[in-house]
Amino acid sequence: MLRFLVRRLLGAVITLLIISAVTFMLFYAVPRDPARIACGKLCTPETLELIRHNMGISDPMPVQFWHWLSGIFLGREYPGFGNCDAPCLGYSFVNREPVLATILDRFPTTFSLFLGSAVVFLIFGIGTGMLAALKQGKPLDKIASSASLVASSMQIYFVGTLALYLLVYQWQVLDQPGYTPFTENPGQWFGGLLLPWLILALIFTANYTRMTRSQMVEQLQEDYVRTARAKGLSRPNVFFRFAWRGAMGPIVTIFGVDVGVLLGGGMITEKTFSIQGIGMLSLKSVVNNDLPMLLGVMVITATFVVLANIVVDACYALIDPRIRLA
Amino acid sequence: MSSTTPLLDVSGLTKHFPIKGGFPIRRTVGHVQAVDGLDFQVNESESLGLVGESGCGKSTTGRLITRLLEPTAGKISYQGKDITHASRKDLAPVRSEIQMIFQDPYASLNPRHTVGKIIAGPMEINDINPAGGREKRVRELLEIVGLNPEHYNRFPHEFSGGQRQRIGVARALALDPKLIVADEPVSALLQKVQQELGIAFLFIAHDLAVVRHFSQRVAVMYLGKIVEIADRDDLYGNPRHPYTRALLSAVPEATVDETPPRERIRLQGDVPSPINPPSGCRFRTRCWKATEKCATEAPPLVQVEGNKPGHLTACHYPETAEVASAPRLAKDPEPAA
Amino acid sequence: MTSTDQQPFLSIKDLKVHFSTEDGTVKAVDGLSFDLVRGKTLGIVGESGSGKSVTNLTILGLHNPDSTTVEGSITLDGEELNGASERKLEKLRGNKMSMIFQDALTSLSPYHTIGKQIGETYRKHTGCSKKAARDRAIEMLKRVGIPQPEVRVDDYPHQFSGGMRQRAMIAMALVCDPELLIADEPTTALDVTVQAQIMDLLKDLQKEFGTAIIFITHDLGVIADIADDVLVMYGGRCVERGTKKEVLRDPQHPYTWGLLSSMPSLDHPVDVPLNPIPGSPPSLLNPPSGCRFHPRCTFAEKVEGGLCSSERPLLELVDGRGSACHLTAEQRGEYFSDLAGSAAN
Repeated sequence: MLRFLVRRLLGAVITLLIISAVTFMLFYAVPRDPARIACGKLCTPETLELIRHNMGISDPMPVQFWHWLSGIFLGREYPGFGNCDAPCLGYSFVNREPVLATILDRFPTTFSLFLGSAVVFLIFGIGTGMLAALKQGKPLDKIASSASLVASSMQIYFVGTLALYLLVYQWQVLDQPGYTPFTENPGQWFGGLLLPWLILALIFTANYTRMTRSQMVEQLQEDYVRTARAKGLSRPNVFFRFAWRGAMGPIVTIFGVDVGVLLGGGMITEKTFSIQGIGMLSLKSVVNNDLPMLLGVMVITATFVVLANIVVDACYALIDPRIRLA
Repeated sequence: MSSTTPLLDVSGLTKHFPIKGGFPIRRTVGHVQAVDGLDFQVNESESLGLVGESGCGKSTTGRLITRLLEPTAGKISYQGKDITHASRKDLAPVRSEIQMIFQDPYASLNPRHTVGKIIAGPMEINDINPAGGREKRVRELLEIVGLNPEHYNRFPHEFSGGQRQRIGVARALALDPKLIVADEPVSALLQKVQQELGIAFLFIAHDLAVVRHFSQRVAVMYLGKIVEIADRDDLYGNPRHPYTRALLSAVPEATVDETPPRERIRLQGDVPSPINPPSGCRFRTRCWKATEKCATEAPPLVQVEGNKPGHLTACHYPETAEVASAPRLAKDPEPAA
Repeated sequence: MTSTDQQPFLSIKDLKVHFSTEDGTVKAVDGLSFDLVRGKTLGIVGESGSGKSVTNLTILGLHNPDSTTVEGSITLDGEELNGASERKLEKLRGNKMSMIFQDALTSLSPYHTIGKQIGETYRKHTGCSKKAARDRAIEMLKRVGIPQPEVRVDDYPHQFSGGMRQRAMIAMALVCDPELLIADEPTTALDVTVQAQIMDLLKDLQKEFGTAIIFITHDLGVIADIADDVLVMYGGRCVERGTKKEVLRDPQHPYTWGLLSSMPSLDHPVDVPLNPIPGSPPSLLNPPSGCRFHPRCTFAEKVEGGLCSSERPLLELVDGRGSACHLTAEQRGEYFSDLAGSAAN
């Protein structure tokens, strides 16, 4: 297990390095000069050069990358800004805020959004999927299957906007979506996130229902499930202890990917409900050509995805004794 | 051995599959000794049976000879020409002469092609134009393998499992091969093909009873090595290696109350791992005759005393015909420490 | 032994198992009857799709109740099983009747240890403690010849070799001393030397516990080794029955005869080519009329009046011996001579 973790964490570091290097290069492939934009209309070559220098983009690209990288571990001195302690992801080009502080500030929002919807879609998705598998071919199964097909082909910006209009503005049964820190007011935190949670969960629930159902149906065909029945074990016992055990693996895998994606911020969800999370942050940084912010978001997001994958693989080994971690 | 060159000559053929592991950098930490130093020949128009239980390396051998796998060591000569490490280009003419037939050909039959197209495929690739055209040849082949030539335009899914095997055989025959490597086929059809067309066979099977009907010579493998090789009558009539004997006695026969009763040898335990095969004779851990010598000295595959020429046995204490009657049990397996 | 022991312990009467599918009704078993007494082994022979496995899953009540209709009667020790409640069947399964499957690797749960899988059967039916179940599992592993059972009890199936897995499965099936054991091709996936070991084990255990065994196989050689009586199935019907000696020495049905003469053997003369039965097993969705074997039967045209394709031959048993075929005894004697000649060698 320790070997596995060390090996995988090393791999993760390399992955993250490659991702940031590629992001860096892609950024420079875009023919726009952030210094030029910051300089404004009355720009002299001298001012432009100074701004470049202050932004840290006057050096050649590899040197810049090196500065950025070493900044994470050693901290960095910015001319005109002052000191940026390690771990330093730099300053935003746009609002001159430290990148890391901004991301950390936005993180609770995105995390709250993820947490609530994950609870909803795991419970409902897996629950409905198992019910459908249990009642295979019966009306309940057919309703669940077609409903989830419809739901999973929905788009958040459509359902979200529609729900927002009807539930919040028209009928006023739900609060205006928005983020209030949990520590400040748990009631408002819940009320403001309820609609985004439900809408986000709707689509994920559909996917989890379909996956759970198909996995369970497949597992129920397995020889060892038949053996368990031939031993005299009851139907529910066989269903939960044998079939579900086998179905869990793929579901955990997909959940791992979803955790990474959701923590990286659902841009569309956040945009639809005007919630200022990591997703909105990355959206803005792309629009504003804000390289340090974009890089920061990319690295943090990628870290979540990579870590979630390591956790998934470790879970897999716990579920299935045939898998040895190495 | 005879002075004429055998069709296929294999010497010292070895395949070790590396096992990766270690920390922090993955490296080779051991080998699965799947095939370890095989020597045998297949003559023109002859069928050699290669028999052994799962994990003995018989299928690996088939894949080595057809060069689907690269040998670790040893030499494979085809018609006197060394093809052990021949390049793709050099191998091309040989490939059409050595064909392989698999147990379940369904996966290798393109479901979107008609049977005619499937069987003509090898001719197209090798640009062979038989007299009278390819279609005529395909119809002939269908006839040879006992399928209706009118089924030329049907698709693989329209045939039963047994018929698909026949399609596989017809495709293998399309290039007039000189040697066919058949991995666990169940079709009695091959008997006919071999007799009528005079093609040499390497016939891979797990069951001595099946091989007896198809092969003039038989080699018995155990844990990557040939333990005994002989003409059919010698092998079945005078088995000298204890393992051959045990295999023969384990064949289920649809006969009742035989006189004299068949010999009954029950091997204990399982085949050891090919990663760490036993020292000396690999069969010694399950052999009722094993001594110190068997653990230290690997018995060579030779013509032991009492064998006819061409009957080779790798055993320090070969069996004799006389002691055949008493039922024997191999000694209990050593408990794993 | 009391006289009741000679009463049939398991009795199947006119069993019909039909599946409804999208394409129509599959008549997987079509009027099957047989009896089995304690301590005896009945070998059921047939190709895949002959209905042999379906029959046995139906005895245990493991068919899918939504798509399957079961007619006829299955009595085990005087109790009717067809239509019995799930509760009652659960109490019998693994306890009074149990089953061994073909592929032990897929038939054992990969997620639970061998000991747990054996022990939970015992716990379910005896209600004993976890400790007692574990001890029982070790005892059973020892009984089926697993070395170091107290260590191996905590292994998972994938850590066992093929032969050991099959032994573990036998241990699991026998943990509650069942009176009926159904073995569905338990040795087909094994090497011959391991197959011989497993068959010896089953015979020993049967001697010890007096279990009635139904042994399903497609291999007549295996039947010769283990069975007392033989039932040959084709297309969901029984085509021939008798003692092992009767069926193997003197087959009455062309299908049995065909199976015997297509079997590779160590005794038959090598230059006589093997003679496989032409064609393939019938579709049970649209089974052939009359005798279901007639499209593949070499002798169908020798029967007058096209009886084979028009009329179902009945299985007439005298002292448990008989076959379902329109050929007369004289015709059989004439046509089946080849086999008798070679078997005598």
